[in-house]
Amino acid sequence: MEAKARPHSGPSLLKRMKQDLVARYQLYLLILLPFTYIVVFHYFPMYGLQIAFKDFVATQGITGSPWVGFKHFENFFTSPSFELVIRNTIFLTIYGLLIGFPIPIILALALNNTLRTKFKKSVQLITYAPHFISVVVLVGMMYQFLSPKFGIVNQLIGLFGHDPIMFMGSEQWFRHLYVWSDIWQQMGWSSIIYLSVLSTVDGDQHEAAIVDGASRFRRVLHVDLPAIIPTAVILLILNTGYIMSLGFEKVYLMQNTMNLSSSEVISTYLYKLSFASSLPNYSYSAAIGFFNSIINFTILCIVNGLAKRYGNTSLW
Amino acid sequence: MSMNVYNRRMTRQDRLFLLANDIFLFLILLVVLYPLVYVVSASFSSPSAVVTGKVWLFPVEPSLAGYKAVFSNKSIMTGYANTLFYTIAGTMLNVILTIAAAYPLARRDFKPRNVIMMIFAFTMFFGGGIIPTYILIKNLGLIDTRWVMILPQALSVFNIIITRTFFQNTPSELLEASQIDGCSDMRYLISVLLPLSKPIIAVMALFYSVMHWNAFFDALLYLNSDNLRPLQLVLREILVVNSIDVSMMQNVNIEELAARQGLSELLKYSLIIIASVPLLLFYPFIQRFFVKGVMIGAIKG
Repeated sequence: MEAKARPHSGPSLLKRMKQDLVARYQLYLLILLPFTYIVVFHYFPMYGLQIAFKDFVATQGITGSPWVGFKHFENFFTSPSFELVIRNTIFLTIYGLLIGFPIPIILALALNNTLRTKFKKSVQLITYAPHFISVVVLVGMMYQFLSPKFGIVNQLIGLFGHDPIMFMGSEQWFRHLYVWSDIWQQMGWSSIIYLSVLSTVDGDQHEAAIVDGASRFRRVLHVDLPAIIPTAVILLILNTGYIMSLGFEKVYLMQNTMNLSSSEVISTYLYKLSFASSLPNYSYSAAIGFFNSIINFTILCIVNGLAKRYGNTSLW
Repeated sequence: MSMNVYNRRMTRQDRLFLLANDIFLFLILLVVLYPLVYVVSASFSSPSAVVTGKVWLFPVEPSLAGYKAVFSNKSIMTGYANTLFYTIAGTMLNVILTIAAAYPLARRDFKPRNVIMMIFAFTMFFGGGIIPTYILIKNLGLIDTRWVMILPQALSVFNIIITRTFFQNTPSELLEASQIDGCSDMRYLISVLLPLSKPIIAVMALFYSVMHWNAFFDALLYLNSDNLRPLQLVLREILVVNSIDVSMMQNVNIEELAARQGLSELLKYSLIIIASVPLLLFYPFIQRFFVKGVMIGAIKG
C-alpha cells in the first residue's frame, strides 16, 4: 500500500490525510480518547507551567495573570532553604542509586547461578512480594519495628543493655533508613529484568568458557555480567533522569520535625509551600517544580548522549 | 541447558563458590522474609504479648483481637470499600484505554503512529508538575469527587509501550488474512487480537490495580471528605501519624501506656495484613505473566 502511495505524490497531503482518515476511521476513533487524556492531563499542565513566570492570581486564571519574569526563580535560588533542599535531594538520590543499582544485579547473578530450582523459585517469590506493599504500609512497618517503646529492634538493643534509639526521629538515621528500606522493598522486583536477560544468554558461550577452563566465578564475571550491561546502562540512564525528582510519598511519610534537616527535599518543600501553608504561593512552587523538571530532563539528555557515544546504547 | 556438563566439570573451587552463592541467597531470603513473618505473627498475638515484646517469630498467646478491632473500625471499613471501588473502576478504565491506544499505535498502516507515540512518550520524561496539575484538576471541578481518584491516572504510557510491543509481535499474516475476509479494524481487535492477548491484559490489570490500591498522593492532595478517603489515607493516620505521637511521648508511665496502647498497637499489625493481603495473595498466580511483561516493556521500550 505504501509503495503505491509514495512514487506519485499527486494528490495533496491534505487529500491523502483525508483518505487515510476515512479508510482507517476506526483506528482514529480508538486513539481519540487516549489522545484526549494525554493532552488534557499531561499537556495542559505543561501549558500551565507559565505561571512560574507570572504572579498567579486565581481570579485572573493562568493566561490573565501578570508576567514577572524570573522573579520566583531568583527568590528560590536566594532563599535560605535552597541549599538544604538541593543538598538533601541529591544526597538521597545518589546514595540510593549507588546502593540500589548494583544490588539487584548481584541478586540476579546469584539467582541465575544457583542449581537448586525450588530454592531459586522461593527466593524469587519472597523477594518480589514487598514490591506490592504500599509506601504507607512500608513506613508504618518501620515505625512499628523501630519504635523506641514497643519496637522489636529497640527491644533487641535493650537485651544488650543499650538505651533505645529514636530511629525515626533522627536526622542521621533518616538517610540510611530511607535507602535501605527501599532496597528491602525493591531489590527482588528490580532483579526480574536482569534475570530475564540472563535467561537469554547463549549456552554455547558457557560451554566455550568451560572448555577454556573458566571457573564458575569467572563465567559469572565474563559471560553473565557482560550480557546484562546494556540493560543495566539503559536503566541507569532512566534512573539518572529522576535524580532530582525524588519520590515525594516516602520522604513525606518518614518526615517529622526531628529529622527535618536531612529529610527536607525539593518535593516536600514544594508541597508545604503550596498545600500546608496559610498563604500558598502557586507561582513560586510552580517555579521550583519547573526548575526541577528542567534539571532532570537536561541530565537525562546528557547521560543518554554519553551512553550513545561511548556505549552504543540509548533511549531514543 | 545441559546441566550435566556443568555438574560433571565442577571443581572444588566451583563447589565452594556455589555454596557461598546459595548462602548469600539464603541470607537475602531471611532478611526479606523476617519482617513479613513478624508482622503476620504479631497480628495474631495478644495485645499484651505485642507491647511487652514477647513476639519474636511465632504468634504468642494467639488471638484474633487485632482483626476484630480492625473490622469494627468504621473508618477502616469505609476506606477499604472506597479503595475497592477505585481499584476496580480505575483498572477497568485503564485497561480499556491502554488497549485503545496500543492497538492503533501497533498498526504499521496507521500513518500518524510515530507522531502520536512521540507525543505520548514525551510525557514520560517531562511534565507540568504538581502545581499546574492541581490548578487543572481544580478548574475541571474534580476536587473532592470520586473521579479524581480515577481520571488523572487513567493511562500509563509505559503500559501502552508494553502492550504495543506485545501487539506488534503477533504475526502480521493474521491481520492480512482477516482483512481479506473483510474484517474491520475494530472487529479484528475484538475477535482476533484480544483473545490472543490475555497474558498482557493480565499483567496490565495487575500493574494498574497495584497502582490504584496503593495510591496515596492524589488522595492526599485532592480529597477532603472522610467518606471518599481510600484505605491508604486511613492507614497513614493510624500507622504513621499516631506512631509519631507515641514515640514522641517521653515521660509517660510505660505500664499505663501499654495497657491503653496494647490494642491499638496490635490493631496496626492486623491492619497491615488486611491492607496488603489482597495483592500479595493475587500476585503469585500471574507472576509468570508479569515477568514477561516487564521484559517486553524494558527491553524493547
